[in-house]
Amino acid sequence: MPATYEPIVTTTLSSAILNLDITSIPGTYTDLKVIMTGVPSANDTLQMRFNSNTSNYSRTRLSGDGSTAASGRNTSQTRFTIADNKTTQPFFVEFDIFNYAGSTHKTMLYSYNLDRNGNGEVVKGVALWRNTAAITELNFFNQLGANFNSGTTVTIYGILKA
Amino acid sequence: MAATYIPIASTTLSSSAASVTFSSIPQTYTDLVLRYSARTTLGAFTGQGYVTFSADTGSNYSSTGLIGNSSTASSLNNSSLQYIRIFYAYNGSDTTSNSFASGELYISNYSSSANKQLSIAAATEHNGAGSGEAYVSSNAGLWRNSSGITSISLSETFGSSFVAGSTFHLYGIKNS
Repeated sequence: MPATYEPIVTTTLSSAILNLDITSIPGTYTDLKVIMTGVPSANDTLQMRFNSNTSNYSRTRLSGDGSTAASGRNTSQTRFTIADNKTTQPFFVEFDIFNYAGSTHKTMLYSYNLDRNGNGEVVKGVALWRNTAAITELNFFNQLGANFNSGTTVTIYGILKA
Repeated sequence: MAATYIPIASTTLSSSAASVTFSSIPQTYTDLVLRYSARTTLGAFTGQGYVTFSADTGSNYSSTGLIGNSSTASSLNNSSLQYIRIFYAYNGSDTTSNSFASGELYISNYSSSANKQLSIAAATEHNGAGSGEAYVSSNAGLWRNSSGITSISLSETFGSSFVAGSTFHLYGIKNS
């Protein structure tokens, strides 16, 4: 029976750090699902890269902040810009990375959720990394240099097709 | 191998019910996923979701929603409520018969001592031609409480009932 949603690795921070990197992701699954929750040390913007690569990223997103819905797009970036990341309450973001070990460009869907009892951010996005290399590493950081606080957790699940 | 999407409990209504509650939720998983297919008796196209945890009736809930109604995208926010509101969660009685809304609540770290952030996706559709007859909503919900979630209760904000045939399934996910 194929393994679906099999936990590959979980990283939970015991102290605050600037860069949260998950390395040595095995190439034995079909797709990846990544669950991340945490609190930044300051208001910032969550960023993401694959394999520490600094080119060929783009994304389109739909967002709502509790009063206004908006849509935006970035092209030819050095990283993915996921969402505005704010303090006080834990954010929750879910990534689906398709055919991550294949030899085509990599597509990702993401859903970012943060409610802070009076304001918040909901973001749905599609992202593209124009690179044919298998993804072996995920790199998370905040644009302005905020840390990820202790307790921030990233779990990667592998999904294997039949 | 760790267990993911392990069924904890399921409810399929054989008659209408004002609410559905999952109790005695074990604290042995990492995250919870609740999926539903639901229709209500509300005399409208859509009903609003009303979710509480662990029988907490305090004003400890809030939500932010991103909504589309086939012609307009919008965003709404509720704060300090006695429930998490799922914006446009269920089909109402004005929709095509036998059409049910779908939804999923993903509750991360439900047993931790941190406040609980959840992601909620809901879609109501009935092949209606008018704007405002169907919705897609993506919601962030927050329960400001450091206790683990031991029960989940769902109902409709305006007091209508879920109809027979509505289903609710609760799963546990372990991250190791």
